[in-house]
Amino acid sequence: MTTIPFKLPFNIKLYRPVSPTGVWGWLTTVDHKKIGVLYGVTAFIMFLTGGIEAMLIRTQLIAPELKIIAPEVYNQLFTMHATTMIFLAIMPLSAAFFNFIIPLQIGARDVAFPRLNAFSYWAFLAGALIMKSSWFLGGSPNAGWFGYAPITSATFNPGNGIDFWIIGLQVLGVASLAASFNFIVTIINMRAPGMTMMRLPLFTWMTFITAILLILAFPVITVALIELMLDRTFDFNFFNTKAGANPILWQHLFWIFGHPEVYILILPAMGIVSEVLPTFSRKPIFGYPAMVLAASFIAFMGWLVWSHHMFTTGLGPIANSVFTLTTMLIAVPTGVKMFNWLGTMWGGDIDFKTPTLFCVGFMSMFLIGGISGVMHSFSASDYQQQDTYFIVAHIHYVLFGGSIFGIFAGIYYWFPKITGRMYDEKLGKLNFWIMFIGQNLTFFPMHWVGMQGMPRRIFTYDSGMGWAFWNGFETIAAYAIAFGVLIFVINMIKSWNGGKKAGDDPWDGRTLEWSIPSPPPVYNFRDIPIVKSLDDFWRTKQNSSNSDTKVKSKTKVTDIHLPQPSYWPLLVAVGLTIAGFGIIYNLLFTGIGIGIMLITVCAWSFEPVNEPDSH
Amino acid sequence: MFNTIKKFLPILLSLLFVIACGGYDGPQSTFDTHGPVAKEQADLFYLILWAGMVVLVAVELAIIYIYIKYRRKKNSARVPSQTHGNTKLEIMWTILPVIFLAIVSVPVLSAIWTIGTLPKNPDVVVNVHGHQYWFEFKYQDLDVVTANELHIPVGKKILINLYSNNVLHSFWIPKIAGKTDIIPNQGNYMWIQGDDVGMYYGQCAEFCGESHALMRFRVIVDTDEDFRAWISHQKSEAFVPNDPLEKSGYDIFMSSKAGCGGCHMINGSKKAKGKIGPNLTHFGSRQHMAAGILENNQVNLRNWIRNPDMIKPGNIMSGQAAVYMDPNKSLTESEVIALASYLQSLK
Repeated sequence: MTTIPFKLPFNIKLYRPVSPTGVWGWLTTVDHKKIGVLYGVTAFIMFLTGGIEAMLIRTQLIAPELKIIAPEVYNQLFTMHATTMIFLAIMPLSAAFFNFIIPLQIGARDVAFPRLNAFSYWAFLAGALIMKSSWFLGGSPNAGWFGYAPITSATFNPGNGIDFWIIGLQVLGVASLAASFNFIVTIINMRAPGMTMMRLPLFTWMTFITAILLILAFPVITVALIELMLDRTFDFNFFNTKAGANPILWQHLFWIFGHPEVYILILPAMGIVSEVLPTFSRKPIFGYPAMVLAASFIAFMGWLVWSHHMFTTGLGPIANSVFTLTTMLIAVPTGVKMFNWLGTMWGGDIDFKTPTLFCVGFMSMFLIGGISGVMHSFSASDYQQQDTYFIVAHIHYVLFGGSIFGIFAGIYYWFPKITGRMYDEKLGKLNFWIMFIGQNLTFFPMHWVGMQGMPRRIFTYDSGMGWAFWNGFETIAAYAIAFGVLIFVINMIKSWNGGKKAGDDPWDGRTLEWSIPSPPPVYNFRDIPIVKSLDDFWRTKQNSSNSDTKVKSKTKVTDIHLPQPSYWPLLVAVGLTIAGFGIIYNLLFTGIGIGIMLITVCAWSFEPVNEPDSH
Repeated sequence: MFNTIKKFLPILLSLLFVIACGGYDGPQSTFDTHGPVAKEQADLFYLILWAGMVVLVAVELAIIYIYIKYRRKKNSARVPSQTHGNTKLEIMWTILPVIFLAIVSVPVLSAIWTIGTLPKNPDVVVNVHGHQYWFEFKYQDLDVVTANELHIPVGKKILINLYSNNVLHSFWIPKIAGKTDIIPNQGNYMWIQGDDVGMYYGQCAEFCGESHALMRFRVIVDTDEDFRAWISHQKSEAFVPNDPLEKSGYDIFMSSKAGCGGCHMINGSKKAKGKIGPNLTHFGSRQHMAAGILENNQVNLRNWIRNPDMIKPGNIMSGQAAVYMDPNKSLTESEVIALASYLQSLK
């Protein structure tokens, strides 16, 4: 490992790593591909912990009146399960794809701000550790993932759990915001010549829209969390009902963030489906402009429907009618997407490999979640479904059958590109069928028990309620899902270590990432491609004769200029973590943490992007 | 193997659905309605359910058709025609759902106003107070206060005002009316009507803390006559019991050592004037105890008095009453038995 000196204005010499290896290489990396892998692996581990929490929840509910898990622990489990799956699993798993795939799809060497990108990952890791450490530091948050006031106040919740939740979410918000700015700038500025906005692959489009949603949505929850933090730590009265606060304020703030958040969770998965289906159908996406418009319209409408989460709070018939209509309207662009996917497959030559199966699974499950979503938009009848297992069924059909199936499709689809090796197709298909059947047997009966009057978030239920059979059934089916995930893990580990070599383009792909070696070299493209159409790589392949698809490059690899590693992003995140724990335990540490952040951010800004004489 | 699973999966799923829907209606079923509000809600649900089913079946059939028809044959090198879209089709599947939604929005909006418009002259007004973890019912103008068992007259419009001085709760009687949230510092309201005499289950539907799952209640729909009799009985005061065991329970209840009266009210008594816990004046006349989770009998009552935290973790009584907090003041077994007898004598 070599280092290069650089000078700060106050005359201290610091050294910058040039080509570190091993652990140090991962800690200081600014390569979007390595960061993508870090994101993916970390988020998948978080997905497993959230899954363990879910299994414990289901175990407690396997039969009525069980006492396997204490009520207080159960309440922490369902809070942490949802928080984990949303903020620590689905969002960062999508971010893993943003990181790895977007620069490859737009023909770029890296993202616009490589060090900021590294910082996003380290801040995400910090947030995840803060959130999860609550299990070992006196109890986790216990107020549900939307933490309705006033049960989150110090009066009703004196422990530390809610503080971990606040600080964890704040730090994760910082990570998400940094990443979103990065991807918006990357997608606008770093596109290869000829890659106009309407030639962007749809996954890149969905990332772009998701990043805009994130930037507009996260400030709202940030403000709400700061208010809650001030209430709890400094005795403010934003949500203190004893001092006259109206707790409905929290719900409005939370859902103005929370509904766009739902689309933040699903749009990347929709983007993945829009990549996989054309590739395996050997057809372009059906109605490309309509897909972009529909997603934009969904993102816009996402801001006009938040109160459908609050139909039972007494908003009155006028507000309920308005939010009923706006919510129903979202079904239209979502339907357009669904029909366009069908249109893409129609007449195609479809290879039902594992990624295709997961996409078809996505479509059929998301459809059920979409229809139950329209049911919820009927505010009058939603009075019966609100806060019941019917809602639990709905969110799992859209988030598990939807987002997670989409993400699994993406993992299988891009696995050869990321690792350079093929996954095991047999295990992949087995994984799909077990998860698909398990998901339906687990979550479909929840519609029924919900309509039978079973509220969500109850740690037990009376044996006389008629919910026992289906709850036992759901629990056993949930174990099947866990088994399916286990097969996935085995497949990944096995294939990553000893899978067949994949080659550059195993799927006969359509987009630019398939035109480069697998795994991609550190500089991605030896020559920046010139793009002439949508699905440019496919067009190139069709137009050229079979023997000579590749033109010999004249670029010398050593002439390619790449951003250099840096340890500052990691150190800023360390400061952030210390400051966060300080708010929970002792404000002195917050001061120290902020001090570290100030110094490291300054040092970061004085660090030259590249040493002129260093390759 | 996969092919067999694929073939039978839709059949299996629809079979499951039929079994589920044809199954038994439990005590909190939203399908078995006994009041106009729940009926309106169930009708609306069926409308969107069947409409949704049509879409569901159509799209899932299309997926299965595509799977069969357009599956890649082994080593096929067919390159299908590279269609980029079809404007007419796309306009059609944008406009048709809009028309469909416009049509179904008519019954939805009308139901919103039916349910959201309060009766002008309600027959009975009940102020419901949500506590951690039980419901208090105060009959406005009738001067009756009770807990966890709400009596209403059959076929009458009841106005429910919802209050909380602690956290959020939600008031829900699935067979009679969908839920409405109880929110501190913001009065909320709903109306209900029970069309058939009988006992109905209710449950708190908004997470409210450790024992949220155990916050339940009953609604008893009485004939007009029974309701009036019940009200006049509830207005009567409690007397000092004559039976020696019950009398000793009474003495313990009123003693400053046990301090029950600090939180519980017994109408007619000078010492039991508390307003924190449930009013116990007619406790013995209730069929259930501990917020609708246990039958009201000697065994359950003694267990409750001995250690309420075992039955309902996190309840305020076991966290604040001296008999549970201070080991010097804890109740002896004979005191528990006496207290239980006294409470059950409060008919």
